[in-house]
Amino acid sequence: MIYYDKVSKIYPDKSIALDNVSFGIEPKEFVTIVGHSGAGKTTLMKLLIAEDYPTEGTVYLESTDVHGMNKKQKNKLRRRIGTVFQDYRLIPNKTIYENIAFAMEAAGRTDAEIAADVPHVLELVDLGHKIWNFPRELSGGERQRVAIARAIVTQPDIIIADEPTGNLDPANTFEIVRILKKINELGTTVLLTTHNKGVVDAVGGRVITMEKGKVIRDDKNGKYIL
Amino acid sequence: MIFTNFKRITRTGFVNFWRNGFLSFAAIVVITLSLSAFGGLVFASAFGRSLLADVKDKVDINVYFSLAAQEPDILALQKEINALPEVASTTYVSNDDALAAFQAKWQNNALIMQGLQEVGGNPFPAALNIKAKDPGQYGNIADFLTSKNPVDASGTPIIDKVNYQENKLIIDRLSAIIPTVEMSGSIIAGIFVIVALIIVFNTIRLIIYAAREEIAVMKLVGASNTYVRGPFVISGIMYGIVSAIITLILMAVFAYWSDAVVLKLAGVDVASNFSLIVNVLSGYFVQNFGQIFILIMGSGIILGGVSSYVAARRYLKV
Repeated sequence: MIYYDKVSKIYPDKSIALDNVSFGIEPKEFVTIVGHSGAGKTTLMKLLIAEDYPTEGTVYLESTDVHGMNKKQKNKLRRRIGTVFQDYRLIPNKTIYENIAFAMEAAGRTDAEIAADVPHVLELVDLGHKIWNFPRELSGGERQRVAIARAIVTQPDIIIADEPTGNLDPANTFEIVRILKKINELGTTVLLTTHNKGVVDAVGGRVITMEKGKVIRDDKNGKYIL
Repeated sequence: MIFTNFKRITRTGFVNFWRNGFLSFAAIVVITLSLSAFGGLVFASAFGRSLLADVKDKVDINVYFSLAAQEPDILALQKEINALPEVASTTYVSNDDALAAFQAKWQNNALIMQGLQEVGGNPFPAALNIKAKDPGQYGNIADFLTSKNPVDASGTPIIDKVNYQENKLIIDRLSAIIPTVEMSGSIIAGIFVIVALIIVFNTIRLIIYAAREEIAVMKLVGASNTYVRGPFVISGIMYGIVSAIITLILMAVFAYWSDAVVLKLAGVDVASNFSLIVNVLSGYFVQNFGQIFILIMGSGIILGGVSSYVAARRYLKV
């Protein structure tokens, strides 16, 4: 489904973020990418949603070159991929409802669909009672659950979660992992990055280990080894 | 879908305008100041034009006829002068009219009235008052009168005196000053407008800079450029509309207040002599309200909307 083909990324300051990386991801897989900070995990994610461009190589999504797309195709691609960021990235002057509704509006859903789906997805992440609050009124764990709700509300084919638990305490961390696993069981491909050993062990499944921009391990039933 | 998007963009624009209260307030203050500068220019040029028109109106030349000149000859000459392309209007004052005006003016002064009695008869000559369309043209009209030198049936010249030479100095100065004043006025106005545009644009750029992360997130969720930018443009237009309304109110208040002040400073006597200066601004404001409204409202909407549109562009490249 997703294929990184000999991808390298060198930033303008000459630091090498990715060095000739190749691997593929099957539909409905739950892939965890581990590595120290600066190993290139975030760059991999950014390349997939065309937020950044590879210096060399190609990123394919179902045989389409992600970086050969025009603006319109890029918007469509991003609507197929739900993204969760470490720093949540909610829109501060929109309520929780509006934050989630925005993703659906951007995808061109009708008002009726939005009115039905937003409360539903908030129930799913256990935040039905905070629907009219603003992000600043929520705790970190709650904000991240809103971010997940925003990512899944459009029923994307792929969820990418870049260090979603980086700023959370253990209880909230496992809550997030539980939700992601549930989403995966319902048939969505999940791509998760973390440097938290506990998270890797809790997820199980395929683990790709990165170091200094290279893939050094790729285990079908991996553990956290660094 | 287009309609739904338009509805959503408009609603978001309204909501953002309200929720970002402080930023909206800052933008409205800056745009109001700029629009007030426009309004000030409009008023300054209206006042200046009225003042110039008044002074121009005071400049004229008078042709005094000999006491022996016959009315039909004078009226024939008036007809000829009226036909000249430079002439705006002529007024004929017969010797009886001149006497009546003099008597009316000095009726309470016994000494002068007595003097008039002693002179006996009517000492006042008939006169023709000529106004040109442009102060620069009085020379031509005076030349025309000199070269024509009209005579009556017996061959005696009927013109006694043309007071062009006495008025020449002020006429020449005015013809030189008026274009200079108009020119420098437009240059100052141009600089003013450019400064106002730069300040408004930069303020709105700062407001959108504060929202750059938000714009990036919206783009990463897959929203189109129009959908992300639209609400900013709507908010910008609202800044413009609110600022324009405030500016129009300020202009109305200023117009009536300044007219009252001018009247008070000049005194009622002087003000009635300079009839055009009384209620210049309030009169101008009321008469041209449609145009002023379109100018101020249009500038506000364009300033707010276009600045937002342009300023948002660089953050959409995600």
